[in-house]
Amino acid sequence: MSSSEDEKVWVETQASPEFQALRKKFRNFAFPVTAAFLGWYFLYVLLTAFARDWVSQEVAPNINIAIVLGVLQFVSTFVIMWLYERHSSRTLDPASDALRDKVNARLAK
Amino acid sequence: MIDSRTLATILFVAFISVTLVLVFRAGRSNKKSASDFYDGGASFSGFQNGLAIAGDYMSAASFLGIAGMIALFGYDGFLYSIGFLVAWLVALLLVAEPLRNSGRFTMGDVLSFRMRQRPVRSASAASTVVVSIFYLLAQMVGAGSLVTLLLGIDPTDTNAKNVIILVVGVLMIVYVTVGGMKGTTYVQIIKAFLLMIGATLLTVMVLAKFGFNISELLGHAKDASGSASFLEPGGKYGKVIYSDEAHTVVDQFKTLMSKLDLISLGMALVLGTAGLPHILIRFYTVPTAKAARTSVNWAIGNIGFFYLMTIALGFGAAALVGSAKISEADKGGNLAAPLLAQELGGGAGTTGGAVMLAVIGAIAFATILAVVAGLTLASSSSFAHDFYANVIKKGNVDPKKEVRVAKIAAVLIGLVAIALAIGAQGLNVAFLVAIAFAIAASANLPTVLYSLFWKKFNTRGAVWAIYGGLIAAIVLLIFSGNVSGTETSFIKCLPDAVSCVKFNYFPLNNPGIISIPFGFFMGWLGTVTSNERNTAKYAELEVRSLTGAAIGKAVQH
Repeated sequence: MSSSEDEKVWVETQASPEFQALRKKFRNFAFPVTAAFLGWYFLYVLLTAFARDWVSQEVAPNINIAIVLGVLQFVSTFVIMWLYERHSSRTLDPASDALRDKVNARLAK
Repeated sequence: MIDSRTLATILFVAFISVTLVLVFRAGRSNKKSASDFYDGGASFSGFQNGLAIAGDYMSAASFLGIAGMIALFGYDGFLYSIGFLVAWLVALLLVAEPLRNSGRFTMGDVLSFRMRQRPVRSASAASTVVVSIFYLLAQMVGAGSLVTLLLGIDPTDTNAKNVIILVVGVLMIVYVTVGGMKGTTYVQIIKAFLLMIGATLLTVMVLAKFGFNISELLGHAKDASGSASFLEPGGKYGKVIYSDEAHTVVDQFKTLMSKLDLISLGMALVLGTAGLPHILIRFYTVPTAKAARTSVNWAIGNIGFFYLMTIALGFGAAALVGSAKISEADKGGNLAAPLLAQELGGGAGTTGGAVMLAVIGAIAFATILAVVAGLTLASSSSFAHDFYANVIKKGNVDPKKEVRVAKIAAVLIGLVAIALAIGAQGLNVAFLVAIAFAIAASANLPTVLYSLFWKKFNTRGAVWAIYGGLIAAIVLLIFSGNVSGTETSFIKCLPDAVSCVKFNYFPLNNPGIISIPFGFFMGWLGTVTSNERNTAKYAELEVRSLTGAAIGKAVQH
């Protein structure tokens, strides 16, 4: 199979509704979630830089808001990881596997 | 009584022997193809690779540097732990799977996918080597001070440190040239196990001392530090700076710069990981995108748990060892964790102390070896695959020859790193790593993201983004206090000196806040000023990256 025919497979697949749906499902999760966790992270960094008095308040003996916020960054990271895994295995993997097999079959011709 | 030097030496030798046996066995089974050297035959499982990623990522900076920074400066060291962990979400959500699906051996594979090969691969190889060398420096400096402590050598004896740096350098060259990716991966997996066990042991012992009460631990750390604000941010970064001796007048400009420096560091940490070449190539060692995702999940689990433990290690060292002793052993604080181990075992001069010091020290040493091997592998494969095979030989090269070039490159890069590390002693390793992260985030991340997600992106955009980010980061570094003008600079300027050579015009220590946006900007500017479009190639990249079709097959150019 020549490379121009290969090219046709890629371009047609990219234009196909199945692929566009997969792309949308991927981007609609990954992009907003990235924006959200980066926003949440920079909020934390900005607070430690500019709201020192507030983050230095203790919520329990020797445990201040800065430490609590820091640990919450860990929690949010684990939660997002879990959500993405669930989204991928339920929604993305089946769609991408099906498309992969289809494309590979066409390329092998 | 067991002498900790003897025991440490025995443990070092044991670790080195076991890993060398594995590496030589991996080397014997290789030989078949270039793939064995570059990606270990893409045959690791997600779990194995997850451990190896954790082993590759949790460097001397994490174990020694962060614990040291928390022990000396309190809360601010914890910022590193957070940035280093959250950064993994960028890799998980945006980079790991598309990269596995569309590349083969190096970061340059994906960056040059739809571009003109030679300019983009040259740029990619250049930034890979620069980032890796900065990172290597950090590890080797850590190794030097670590081993002097363990072997009881006078910390001011630089000759002894130089010998250690040389030994580490030679070992990493052997791991990489003999074992390739497979051998390196084994070393990293073993190291990840050892590090998790060691850190967990120390954490449990620290917490036990304080009745498993975190508040008690933090309180003791605060009291021992003698600083009322030890648990609050601002011990090291974003400090309020006064313009008079009596500390009554706040210098507004310097204070603002110090706070911006903190934000700059935060940016570099969170955006750097997904641009680190030695991490990116680890995604190629598994066969599918799903396995790449599983690897990242395992890595995040391990790394997150480990960084949570740095709180106990750092504050534990502050409470139980004390900052005076820690900074006496190493100016940068890099020996806090091993000193803590000694203290928990019963203190200096006891058998328990000697055993704990030797065990934790040996684990830290293993940590360093695994990371330097990964870095050397990443830079030598990029040199051979991107620069030699695709730039010099324009893609017409015998794979065996290519691997031979990679091995020669590994030796050369190792030698350069040894020479530089000898000059960089006394710097905090977490800080040196932060610089590597800033360069990775400025030069590599914009190019990786644009390549994967922006249809219009083209050769000029890629080249401008890489060189723009790389040069901006390095120029700002040269004109910062890291290189000249302060007591801790490369070119030292002591307070009592009459005049110093100084050119520290850039007021921040971390260049990220300027150089990262600059890298993104240059990528955009280069793209929109060039007419080159590669719509068909982008179709191939996009379909491959999301579906995994034709995975591992070379791209036709």
